[in-house]
Amino acid sequence: MAFAAFQTAEVVPQAPRKRSRIALFLLLPGLLYLVLFFVTPLISLLLTSLQQPAEFGDIGQYEYAFNWQNYVTVMSDYWPHIVRSFGYALAATVFALLFSYPLAYFIGVKARRWPMLQGLMLVLVIAPFFISFLLRTLAWKQLLSDESFIITSLKALSLMAPDAHFTGTPFAVIFGLTYNFIPFMTLPLYTTLERLDLRYLEAGSDLYANPFTVFRKVTIPLSMPGIVAGTLLTFIPAAGDYVNASRDFLGGPDTQMMGNVIEANFLVLLNYPAAAALSIILMAAILVLVGVYVKRSGTEDLL
Amino acid sequence: MWQYLPTLALLQTETESPVNRRPLPQDPMMRSLIAQARQMQLNRRTLLAGAGAGATALALAACSTGGGQAKPTAAADTSATDKTVNWANWAAYIDEDESGGYPTLERFTEETGIAVNYEVAVDDNNTYYGKVKDQLALGKDIGADTAVLTDWMAARWIRFGYTQELNHDNIPNIVNLNPALRDPDFDKGRLHTLPWQGGFAGICWNKEAIPGGIESVEDLWNSDLKGRVGVLSEMRDTMGLILQQNGVDIAGDWGDPEFDAAIEVLREQVESGQVRNIKGNSYLEDLKSEDTLAAICWSGDITVINAEAGDKWEFAIPTAGGTLWNDNFLVPIGSPRKANAEALMNFYYDPEVAAEVAAWVNFITPVAGAKEAAIAIDPELAENQLIFPNEETLSNAHIFRSLSGAEEQKYQAQFQSILLGA
Repeated sequence: MAFAAFQTAEVVPQAPRKRSRIALFLLLPGLLYLVLFFVTPLISLLLTSLQQPAEFGDIGQYEYAFNWQNYVTVMSDYWPHIVRSFGYALAATVFALLFSYPLAYFIGVKARRWPMLQGLMLVLVIAPFFISFLLRTLAWKQLLSDESFIITSLKALSLMAPDAHFTGTPFAVIFGLTYNFIPFMTLPLYTTLERLDLRYLEAGSDLYANPFTVFRKVTIPLSMPGIVAGTLLTFIPAAGDYVNASRDFLGGPDTQMMGNVIEANFLVLLNYPAAAALSIILMAAILVLVGVYVKRSGTEDLL
Repeated sequence: MWQYLPTLALLQTETESPVNRRPLPQDPMMRSLIAQARQMQLNRRTLLAGAGAGATALALAACSTGGGQAKPTAAADTSATDKTVNWANWAAYIDEDESGGYPTLERFTEETGIAVNYEVAVDDNNTYYGKVKDQLALGKDIGADTAVLTDWMAARWIRFGYTQELNHDNIPNIVNLNPALRDPDFDKGRLHTLPWQGGFAGICWNKEAIPGGIESVEDLWNSDLKGRVGVLSEMRDTMGLILQQNGVDIAGDWGDPEFDAAIEVLREQVESGQVRNIKGNSYLEDLKSEDTLAAICWSGDITVINAEAGDKWEFAIPTAGGTLWNDNFLVPIGSPRKANAEALMNFYYDPEVAAEVAAWVNFITPVAGAKEAAIAIDPELAENQLIFPNEETLSNAHIFRSLSGAEEQKYQAQFQSILLGA
């Protein structure tokens, strides 16, 4: 970019000024869109999060104030849900990475010789997207219900206690999150691994590295962009997800995540300030966690 | 909100005054680069400031009515010229034929010339309220001239002034309204609402798994059923049943101590894992997949799933008492077609029409005389206590008393704290 600036500067010194005006003009629709549909709701959310109950008001009636205690209240009331959200999201991200990496490696590296197979496997990864995510989650709920073939078989094999159940437990929620976000992990991994230059791996072996060292020192660093993109694409939506943990899907009363708490506060309790404060906390926490993660993994340039 | 838009004009303004800084370097390339950078910086700053100011103004304008307690005023009625009515109702809550048409509605259009736009727009009282509340507060048309909502939600709408008063002269068939439903505590004399259908909340069980059946809420806490019991996420039904098990008359005068005691019962059963899950309409999925073998249920549903998935379940009103609720027609404040909506209500208060609907939806009709009309359609149906309950059945089901705004907030918070766990 800087290079382009040099070039234009030499040819017509007056051009950038004029051009920037036109550029600004062209930016206007986009900016207007952002202001209307992103900045405005965000400010509205912030203002709502600071509201206090209206004096002599009925349920769900609030007035503007600077009631920052809302944040303290929701933090002390719902800290287990906040911790749980990030815990489940982290677990789901790790599992998704563990499942996706070998899969993406196979499609992107091993299957290079058979383009047909490669294409077919990619279709298989993407195919679940053709069916609504809600339907797929409901289907798992049925497949894993107490009297289902899977659970009765596990019980018959004594792999599960006779009175245990799967739906409504944290395992079910993490399972659902992992399952639903695997394609988001696999695709970015595939795109980086697909471009992996195998000559680097050969060079590693030539230098007497064993396969594991080659993997650790060459393959992983080279696929880091995919790992970072995949984990972000999985972690961020998983932390805010409220479908898998919902009592109507795979969750139970003791697996509720932040999304569910926000939903209950907004729709049932009509506690709009609490719902807004929780949303802001969720956004801020994700922003901080992601920022630290990106800094630590040394991949700022990727964003 | 548009009066704030001029603020957005800031977006186009550019500050021309150069900020005094060190002299520019001699090199023309560097000069122009720095000039460009400064230009960008200034622009960005003004832009952001303008955008921020505009957005704040918009945000304030958008939710300036949030805390308003002023009641909206009713829209002018244009029914005389506009022969349509928009009806927001729940799924599977009216008679349907094989082709997906609504026979009684078609007859209504034939008789009155009013076209009905029937929409299955309500799938939950709370989500529907969340969707329309801002328009209601402004007195705007929400796209429904009549909506069907449960007692407690209808009570909230009346309290907030979100409903129009009905003109009973337009609804002569109101004389057929079941006398027991004429004076609910939230709408004495039915000035704002009219019941559409009603139902019981009681207990149900899987007859194959529990051949002996269950009789009371206490039986749900039997250790044989550990982890296989479901309760409803509708506070008034679940808590109504538990309160009655504790000997409280839910229609009468009770308060915090009684509610706290009942909440403790529920908390203990949920935390010990006796209760598997707490759900709304989807509790039926758990019954079908046998994740739950016994549950707190709604009466009409059990008839439906027995027809769908084999005659496996039985419903009963618990010995200590069940709850009785009604879903009610009401006319939202912004609707300009109130008279058309009233004509619709009048039509459905004809006993023969009501019997036809009851035969299909399996809930309790509020229309007196519908039972006699139903005998002509299907004598067996007329004997079904869950559709045409007799005095004895009705005497064991009670209506949860109306809660004030403060009570609602407090009790819902306690109930939700169990639903959300720790």
